[in-house]
Amino acid sequence: MTSRRNFLKSTAALGAGMVLGLYVPLSRAEAKLAGAEHVSNVWLRIAEDNSMTVVCARSEMGQGVYTALPMLLAEELNVDVRSLKVEIAPAAPAYINALLGAQCTGGSSSVRDAWVTLRTGGAQARMMLVAAAAQRWQVDAAQCRAENGKVVGPAGQSASYGQLAQAASQLPVPAAVALKDARDYTQIGKPTKRLDTPAKVNGSARFGIDVTLPGMVYASLEQCPVIGGKVRGFDAAAAKAMPGVIDVVQVRDGVAVVATSYWRAFKARQTLKIDWDEGPGAALSDKTMMEAIIGTAANMTPNDVRINIASTGDAAMALQGAARTLTAEYRSPLLAHATMEPQNFTADVANGKCRMIGPTQYQAGVVGDVAAALGFKPEDVSVETTFLGGGFGRRVESDVAVQAAQISQAVGKPVKLVWTREDDTRHDFYRPQAYHRLAAGLDAAGTPVGATFEVTSQSPTQRLFGLPKDKMDPYMVEGAVVSYDIPHSRQDVISHDAGLRVGYWRSVSNALNAFANESFFDELAHAAGKDPYIYRQALLSKQPRLARVMGLAAQKANWGKPPAKGRARGIAVLEAYGSYLAQVVEISRRDGEITVHHVVVAADVGQMINPDTVEAQVQSSIAYGLSAALGSEITLENGRVQQANFDSYPVLRMSQMPKVDVIIVKNVETPGGIGEPVTALVGPAVANAIFALTGKRVRRMPFSADNIAAA
Amino acid sequence: MSISFNLNGKQVSATAEADTPLLWVIRDELGLSGTKFGCGAGLCGACTVHLDGAATRSCLLKLSDVAGKKVATIESLSHDNSHVLQRAWIAHDVPQCGYCQSGQLMSAAALLSTNHNPSDADIDNAMSGNICRCGTYVRIRAAIHSAATELRRNGGKGASK
Repeated sequence: MTSRRNFLKSTAALGAGMVLGLYVPLSRAEAKLAGAEHVSNVWLRIAEDNSMTVVCARSEMGQGVYTALPMLLAEELNVDVRSLKVEIAPAAPAYINALLGAQCTGGSSSVRDAWVTLRTGGAQARMMLVAAAAQRWQVDAAQCRAENGKVVGPAGQSASYGQLAQAASQLPVPAAVALKDARDYTQIGKPTKRLDTPAKVNGSARFGIDVTLPGMVYASLEQCPVIGGKVRGFDAAAAKAMPGVIDVVQVRDGVAVVATSYWRAFKARQTLKIDWDEGPGAALSDKTMMEAIIGTAANMTPNDVRINIASTGDAAMALQGAARTLTAEYRSPLLAHATMEPQNFTADVANGKCRMIGPTQYQAGVVGDVAAALGFKPEDVSVETTFLGGGFGRRVESDVAVQAAQISQAVGKPVKLVWTREDDTRHDFYRPQAYHRLAAGLDAAGTPVGATFEVTSQSPTQRLFGLPKDKMDPYMVEGAVVSYDIPHSRQDVISHDAGLRVGYWRSVSNALNAFANESFFDELAHAAGKDPYIYRQALLSKQPRLARVMGLAAQKANWGKPPAKGRARGIAVLEAYGSYLAQVVEISRRDGEITVHHVVVAADVGQMINPDTVEAQVQSSIAYGLSAALGSEITLENGRVQQANFDSYPVLRMSQMPKVDVIIVKNVETPGGIGEPVTALVGPAVANAIFALTGKRVRRMPFSADNIAAA
Repeated sequence: MSISFNLNGKQVSATAEADTPLLWVIRDELGLSGTKFGCGAGLCGACTVHLDGAATRSCLLKLSDVAGKKVATIESLSHDNSHVLQRAWIAHDVPQCGYCQSGQLMSAAALLSTNHNPSDADIDNAMSGNICRCGTYVRIRAAIHSAATELRRNGGKGASK
C-alpha cells in the first residue's frame, strides 16, 4: 500500500492565501468507507496575515502526533513548528494512513506513514512560495531563500509567506523535490515541547466528554451484561417519571435514557427493567475459553484455521537430531484497555445529515458504521475528532459512536452519550487470550539448532476489517519470528474464535508473542547453563542494531554485577514496528507480590522526530505493560465480565512506578514506531527476573502471587 | 430550590437535585469541563478538586455536601499557566493524553500547599489516588520536585491562589 501514488494539487483557499493538499487516490471501496469526498483535502493553509494552519491527520491520544507530524512539515517549510496552528483532520480520503489503508491511528504507524509525505508537502509549499517571490522580484528562484516564514531575495527584498501565498497557489506544484539532508535539520530530532501541553495543564483541552452543542441532551445506556445480548423487552415507566428525563429509547446495543443532564440520565437508568436475550455469550467463561483454545491446538474444529507464518530449513528434523529438546507452554489472559476517559461520543442527526464529534482512532470506521446503522450515505456523516483521553486500540472501535448516533436519531436532538467506568470495563473489545507451544532443540553446547513456535489465539482483524478466515492476520503474528540466528525454524498460527469479541491492545500480538518467545529463550539459556544476556548476544551476531541496544541496556543496568540482596534482573529484546528495543528490569518479592524497582530501556527507533516524545512513550509503555504484568486480568463467568472498576481491575499507580532509564540510540535510519512496542517487553523481562529471583518459571500472565505460587 | 457555594472565588448557585455529585454540577450545570469523570467511585482521582483547600474526589461529593463551602477546580490554578505547578508541568512536558492531568495537578497543589519539601514517599502518598494510564508518573514526580524547589526559593509564593 505504500506504493500508492501520491500526487499534489493546490487551489486558492477561500479567495485568499494558499491551500496545499496531497490527494491520495482511493480504491472505490475505500472511498465509500471513508466517504465525505466533498471535504477539502489540505495539509497546510497560509492566510494573508501569515498565520499558518497545519492539519494533523492522526488522532492525538497521548503519543505526540499533534507535535511530531507538524514538525515534519515545518522542517521543510522553514518555519518554527511553534508558530503553526494545528487542526485535527476531518474524515476524508486525503488523510488515509497508507500503512493501514484507512484513516486510522494505530500500529505505531503515524510518523512512519507521514515521514516522506509531510516533509514533501512542506518542501513543495516552500518551493512554490520561493517561486512566487522570484516572479514578483524578477529574479532567479535560486537566489531567493525561505526562512522563518518569509522569503528573502538577493537585494534584501523580503515578503512573508502570507504575502506570497495567493500568488504561490497559482503556480504548478513542483514534481521534483529534494528533501533536506539529516545534518541540515533544525527541528527534526531536536527535543521539542509538545504543542498540546499548555491546554492540558489548565483544563481547557477539549476531550470527547467535554463536547457541548446547542440544545444537546445527555444519554446513559444500559447494555446487556452479556456482550452480544439483545433487548427482548423493557419497562421504562419508572425512568420516564424521573426528573429531567426526556425519553427512553431502544437502540442496537441496549436501552438509553435521555435526559437534561448526565446524572439524571444515569440515575433514571438504574430504574430500567430490561428483559434480555443473552444469546450464546451467556455460556462463556474465561476458563472454558482457555481450555478450548488449548484443546484446539491438539484437535482443531472446522472453524479453526492453522496457517504457517514462516519456515526456515527443516525444524522437525533439527529437533529430532538435537542433543536435547525443550518444550514450554505459555498463557495470556483477556485484558481491557481501561482508557482514562470513559467511552463517549456526541452525535447530531438532523435533516438527513449526521454530525459526529468525539474521541476516535478510526474516523473512517465511524463514518462507515454510523452511515450503515442510520441508513445514511457515507457522505452525509461527518466526523470531528477531539483529543482522546487514551486510545491504546480501544478507540479503533465505533460501537459508542453508533450508539450515540442511533440515540440522536431516535430523539431528534444532539446527544452526548457517556459510559460509566463499569460500562467501559464490561463492554470492551478485549485483548484476546493466547496459548503458545514452543519447542527447541539444542546441540551439545546448548546452542539452538532448531525451534518451533505455535500460537493459538483469536483474530481481531476478521471482525473489524473483514479479513477472510483463511488469510493470516498480520496482527496475530507480530514478533512470532525471533531475530535470533536459528538455522531451522517453523512458526504457525492457529486462528480460533473463542466466542467473545476481541480487539487491538497496545502493541497487539507483539505482547503475546514476545512474552512466549522471550521467556522461552531465557529458558533455553538457563538450560544451556549460560547467562541469558550472553546467550542472546551469541544469537544476535547478524542483528547489529538489536545487539547494540541489548548491550546498552545491559550495561546501564549493571548486568553481570550482582544486584542487591533480595533482588534479581531479567532481560528481553524485540524488533517491532521498525524499532529495536531491549529492556532490563530489576525486581524483588515480598509476601508473594512482585515489586519492580528499576527498568532500563535502550531503543533504536531510527531517525527520531521529537526525542522527548520517544522517551515519554517508552516511560508510558513501561507503565502500561507493568499494569498487565502485575495484576490486570479480565475474567468471565456466565458470560459476565467479573471486573467493573479500578478496584477489581487494578492498574499501575504512582507508588508502583519504578525508576526508569531510557537510552536512545541516535541515527538517521528510517523512523520506526515507538508508541507501542516497549509494552511487549515488560511481561517477558519481569518473568525472566522472577525466574532469576525464585527459580520459578511463570508461564502465565499476570504474575500475581497466585500465579507465581502455582508455577 | 438551589444550593449556593463558592466556586473558584465566586459565589455560584446550582439547581441540580441535591444528591447530584459535585463533579456533574461543575461540568454540566456550571460549564467548567476541566474536572474530569474517570470512575465515579473515588478510585482514579480524575475528578479531584479542593474542598476548603483539601484535595477531594468530586464524584463522591453530593451538591448538598458543598453548600456554603469553598470549591476550587483546575480552572482556579490559572488560565495563563502561571501557577508554579503548571509551569513545572510544562517544563517537564508531563501530559500525554492529558485526561487525568487536571486531577493530578489538583492533588499536587494540595500537597504543596502544606509541604514545600515533599519526599518521594510524600509524593507517593499524595498522588497514588490519581491514576494515569499513559504512565506519566516519572514526570509528575519530577515536576512536583521542581515546583517545590521553586516554592522554597520564593518563600512559598505561587503555591495557591
